[in-house]
Amino acid sequence: MNISNSISQQKLKWRIFNDRLFSIVMMSLAFISALPLLSILYQLIKKGYKQIRLNFFIEVAPDTMEAMMAKVNHEIIPGGIANGIVGTLIIVGMASLIAIPLGLICGIYLSETSKGKMAGLVRFVVDMLQGVPSIVLGVIAYIWIVKPVTSGFSALAGSVALSIMMLPSIIRSTEETLKMIPSTLKEAALSLGVPYHRTIFKVLLPTGMSGIATGIILGISRIAGETAPLMLTALGSSAINLDITQPSSAIPLLVWEFYNDPNLIDLIWGASLILLLIIFLLNLGAKAIAKKWKVQY
Amino acid sequence: MESTILNKEDEKIIQIESTILNIDELSVSYGGDKYSIDKVSAGIQKNKITAIMGPSGCGKSTLLRAINRMHELYPETHHKGSITLGGEDIYKINPIQLRRKIGMVFQRPNPFPTMSIYDNVIAAYILNGIKLKRSEKNEIVERSLREVGLWDETKDVLHKRGTFLSGGQQQRLCIARALAYKPEVILLDEPTSALDPIATAKIEDLLVKLKKNYTIILVTHNMGQAARISDYSMFMYLGELVEYGKTKKMFTTPKDERTEAYLMGKFG
Amino acid sequence: MFKLITTDRQNYRMKSERLFQYFLKLSGVLILMMAIGIIVTLIIGSIPTFKEFGFGFIYSPDWNPTEGRESYGALPFIIGTIVTSLLALAFTFPFAFSIALFLGEYFREGRMASILKSMIDLLAGIPSVVYGLWGFYTIKPIIVELGLNAQGFGIFTSSFVLAIMIIPYASSLSAEVINMVPSNLKEAAYSLGATRFEVVKNVIIPNAGSGIFAGFILAFGRAIGETMAVTMLIGNSNNIPTNLFDLGNTMASLIANQFGEADGLKYTSLVAMGLLLFVLTGILNLIGKMIMKKFTA
Repeated sequence: MNISNSISQQKLKWRIFNDRLFSIVMMSLAFISALPLLSILYQLIKKGYKQIRLNFFIEVAPDTMEAMMAKVNHEIIPGGIANGIVGTLIIVGMASLIAIPLGLICGIYLSETSKGKMAGLVRFVVDMLQGVPSIVLGVIAYIWIVKPVTSGFSALAGSVALSIMMLPSIIRSTEETLKMIPSTLKEAALSLGVPYHRTIFKVLLPTGMSGIATGIILGISRIAGETAPLMLTALGSSAINLDITQPSSAIPLLVWEFYNDPNLIDLIWGASLILLLIIFLLNLGAKAIAKKWKVQY
Repeated sequence: MESTILNKEDEKIIQIESTILNIDELSVSYGGDKYSIDKVSAGIQKNKITAIMGPSGCGKSTLLRAINRMHELYPETHHKGSITLGGEDIYKINPIQLRRKIGMVFQRPNPFPTMSIYDNVIAAYILNGIKLKRSEKNEIVERSLREVGLWDETKDVLHKRGTFLSGGQQQRLCIARALAYKPEVILLDEPTSALDPIATAKIEDLLVKLKKNYTIILVTHNMGQAARISDYSMFMYLGELVEYGKTKKMFTTPKDERTEAYLMGKFG
Repeated sequence: MFKLITTDRQNYRMKSERLFQYFLKLSGVLILMMAIGIIVTLIIGSIPTFKEFGFGFIYSPDWNPTEGRESYGALPFIIGTIVTSLLALAFTFPFAFSIALFLGEYFREGRMASILKSMIDLLAGIPSVVYGLWGFYTIKPIIVELGLNAQGFGIFTSSFVLAIMIIPYASSLSAEVINMVPSNLKEAAYSLGATRFEVVKNVIIPNAGSGIFAGFILAFGRAIGETMAVTMLIGNSNNIPTNLFDLGNTMASLIANQFGEADGLKYTSLVAMGLLLFVLTGILNLIGKMIMKKFTA
């Protein structure tokens, strides 16, 4: 009796030790995963902050000769990423113009049609689209737009690739947000004799606004840093270009160009830092909206 | 309807004449051959409170929703029989138009969460895109809130969101919202089931006051409530309208043994 | 007194309701057409390649663009893609699983959880091209220093960076699944005197296992489609890699590198590569989503 008791005592200690060890290992691993983030931020800020002056925002990227001369004379490389900033604004803006209305309407359609073959098929396809690698969408936009429509690389083609990329997340977040809204709100509006489409646009959408807007902003932040599809579509441009049928630069494209040009390589840090800042600000904005616009029902 | 005959012999005639809503052999199904309510016939009296009682699943909510065609929101519903409002077949009217004549209040208070108290009251106008002058809006808001006894409590916070009110106040706001469009009939689907006893008593008092101007149909599974405030009662069981008559009479001398069993608390 | 006349305006209303329903449905049709369009475009674009090489395109190890002796086989890139992604998955597992347990079981709320969660969110927001830079300037020198590989490029390096990139996907899905394990099961185990570690081992893993697995499959699909970071780190060799430190190339990275200047058979072979990539990620994605759906249903 005593012996078995002491054995189980020992076993208990062993079990408790195991439990402690496991939680320590788990917590350490979890926080170690965040180290790369700190390392990346440290690297970008340390090497990039010097480049960020006003000129960096209003001047276009220098060509390789200018940069070389500056380097030889031990000066700061002149120029900035204005062409990339304008290009990103245009390409991402146009992608949003294409994706947001279609995504919203499709999200409404799915949330209002819980059953049915057609809706099931659309859901299946949206799931599938969500997993398509961005580079494949670049190939698609090349074949759909670059060759036949703009007969050459263009900002428009880049926007099409990015819009397909952000569609699934807009559709899904809209659908899920609207489904969470209690059906009694919809009934209340309908019982007042409000037509169906007005009920959706004036009652359901405003009520779900925070969730939908959050989904859209997160979608934008996801495509803002995309490089691969733009290499196949927008290509890049050394000047600021407002014509959407012409090649255009974008901040991630500039990072890629600087990376490949030994004379310009010092500029990658500033450009990456700005890109990261934009994306983080979008993420923060999404969180703030989710909190602030949240509707109590 | 404008009859002035008051002697007892003519009571029956008056009753027939003041039937505002006539339900005739109405059956409603949510799909397939199974009917949730089966061949229900009843004449609803103008400016009275009619309570629909019965154990859960008896079809009382379905009947209520058939009256303003809210049951059609489910895709596969179909019905037989007819309902007439003032002599006109409601299934031949546009449901949108119909629902403005027949207001509805739900189990849980459901003010529109994005709207202020003020906007909630005139929601029917806002959402239907009907433009009103500022003075008209003010008048409707004040009249409707006074009707539900919410004016004094909310007149200083009209532009705050309706969801900040207590549950009972929210429910009165929802009644005000239904009244703003001056409907003929108000349908209430267990309007006090989510409220505490004090808020419930307030709503009950309110309904008794409101019947002067409106015809009220109330689904409840609280027998005491039906006894306290209703003039007529229906008892439904398994989709069938078992008994319909004056509340006092039904509660004292029920005709059907199922009604009696229910009233004695034997089921539901 | 009750005049409910059907007016023209009402008729118009009825029609507009029906129109609105069609309008919603139309958005679904558009999404379907888009998906079908993507598939058809990829298939048509790769017909010349499959005509020339047949299914040999998939298992031929030879990628040779020299004119006259042109021959295109996808095998080195298929192998490169799968090996890189599998290795990345292996690296990710302990970290992502720890994070999932941390957020899904040990610390569901509170400051620690919200710090970790925001860090993971930020990790997910970093663009691929920035990860590539970090890999190039931070990880590559470490690999060289450790003597793992002379130049520091290769499968191992890109897998390591890929692993960090997919941590957010693998961990957030798994955390969700772990969170859904019914608390009454866990409480039952605790009431029998189990330690937390034992609850994880005997209740959470058996119950959430398939969902966690699905989360990792979806993360695997992500890794397969990743382009920029891999392009910058894998060394872009067209040979089948012989060991984990060897140079290699992935399908996505090959498309990014060679699409710009490609024409003729090379172009169609790159489109065919895109098709393979689409099919591969599509299958993985659907398997993952199917398991996930079964789990949540």
